[in-house]
Amino acid sequence: MGGWDWQVFCKNTVDGEVMPRCFGSGGDITYLQWMFSAWGWTLSVAALALLVALVVGSLVGIVRTTPSKGLVLFGNAWTELFRNIPLLVQIFLWYHVLPALIPPLKAFPSFILVVLALGFFTSARISEQVRAGIQSLPRGQRYAGLALGLTLPQTYRHVLLPMAFRIVIPPLTSESMNIVKNSSVAFAVSIAELTMFAMQAQEETSRGIEIYLAVTALYFVSAFVINRVAHVIEGRVRVPGIVGSK
Amino acid sequence: MRQGRGVNLDFSFLTWQIVSSFVVKGLIFSVQLTLIAMVGGIVLGTLLALMRLSGKPWLELPAAAYVNTMRSIPLVMVILWFFLLIPLLIGRPMGAELSAIVTFTLFEAAYYSEIMRAGIQSVPKGQVHAGYAVGMTYRQTMQLVVLPQAFRNMLPVLLTQTIILFQDTSLVYAIGAYDLLKGFEVAGKNFNRPVETYLVAAVVYFVICFSLSMLVKRLQARIAIIR
Repeated sequence: MGGWDWQVFCKNTVDGEVMPRCFGSGGDITYLQWMFSAWGWTLSVAALALLVALVVGSLVGIVRTTPSKGLVLFGNAWTELFRNIPLLVQIFLWYHVLPALIPPLKAFPSFILVVLALGFFTSARISEQVRAGIQSLPRGQRYAGLALGLTLPQTYRHVLLPMAFRIVIPPLTSESMNIVKNSSVAFAVSIAELTMFAMQAQEETSRGIEIYLAVTALYFVSAFVINRVAHVIEGRVRVPGIVGSK
Repeated sequence: MRQGRGVNLDFSFLTWQIVSSFVVKGLIFSVQLTLIAMVGGIVLGTLLALMRLSGKPWLELPAAAYVNTMRSIPLVMVILWFFLLIPLLIGRPMGAELSAIVTFTLFEAAYYSEIMRAGIQSVPKGQVHAGYAVGMTYRQTMQLVVLPQAFRNMLPVLLTQTIILFQDTSLVYAIGAYDLLKGFEVAGKNFNRPVETYLVAAVVYFVICFSLSMLVKRLQARIAIIR
């Protein structure tokens, strides 16, 4: 091993020269710059996938609490399908299999395919949380809404969901942290995110420990920031006197 | 081979002979990895949980730090870390398969320990006091009174975590270990049929995980009745 060598981050990725002020010139970049761009990819994949997962997962979760048997069956099938196939296999399905079966998908960049894969995978978990959140509300709330003459969609919109979403904020926070961690699986289809960077930079520089430490630290920072943001959101939307409010 | 513009799937190359020479080896490793990491992870996880609930800061803090660190890092990174560090520590290279077994055992211990901690806390305090009252030591109380109940209460959760573990074993892809997914991938490459093999791989993983999760659901219902 022979001691630390943090200078590795200031090296040019093309010829391995140590650059002044750690900054590449003339289009070349240093490992430090590469790492931060990789962090950007990790966060973009995670953020977009979270968006997909929240929208799809909420819809599927809601559908599973409706009185319609067909919709419930669809929601259950969706959840079981995306929950019982490993994420890596799902990413390969989106990347290798679906474009072969559905030719228009060939035009999609792999970044989008990974976002969809990760988003749909996580939607299954979010649908579980949302369903549990809605079902944890007393039945009387639904009946009260309907008895007042609200339609079923109105009951969801004005009575059930405002409470259910507040209840599921803590589990959704941990899902958001999971999605950052799970975005690392995108390395398998060569998305230039942090884990991909770690593997390639380790191979090129042989300074694996320094590089892995830095990458691991960035994952920690990402998780910590999400945790804090979620805490702020939780505080903002809390209903005085109920669910988790002090 | 693939003519025209239509979808042209052909599974005929996946004969039993091909499956047994490429896939079965991988399946055996995936199952092995899952079982070893489950048993090892539950044992270590229980120890970590006991440390965290011991009330002694010098046991609590390291256990908490270990569990929280493991749970904050992506599994792929943990796999890469161990693959890099183990050879440095033992002074010689270690195969991807063995490295994966060590990694998964130590990684899953963190997750199992959280489950066991919840399980131990779900046992009423009176049980512990009753143990002490009849003259049992701490060790006996834990071993004979608390842990058996904690374990039974948490059995469905432990098994669900094991299904997740089985799915996660596919991530040994990062270090090139030969698991179930790799078996399908190699077969697909050899016969130039990656689309078909990935599809079959997904079906196989789904069938295994879905049936196991149905079994866990039934078990959960039975345990709930006994209680």
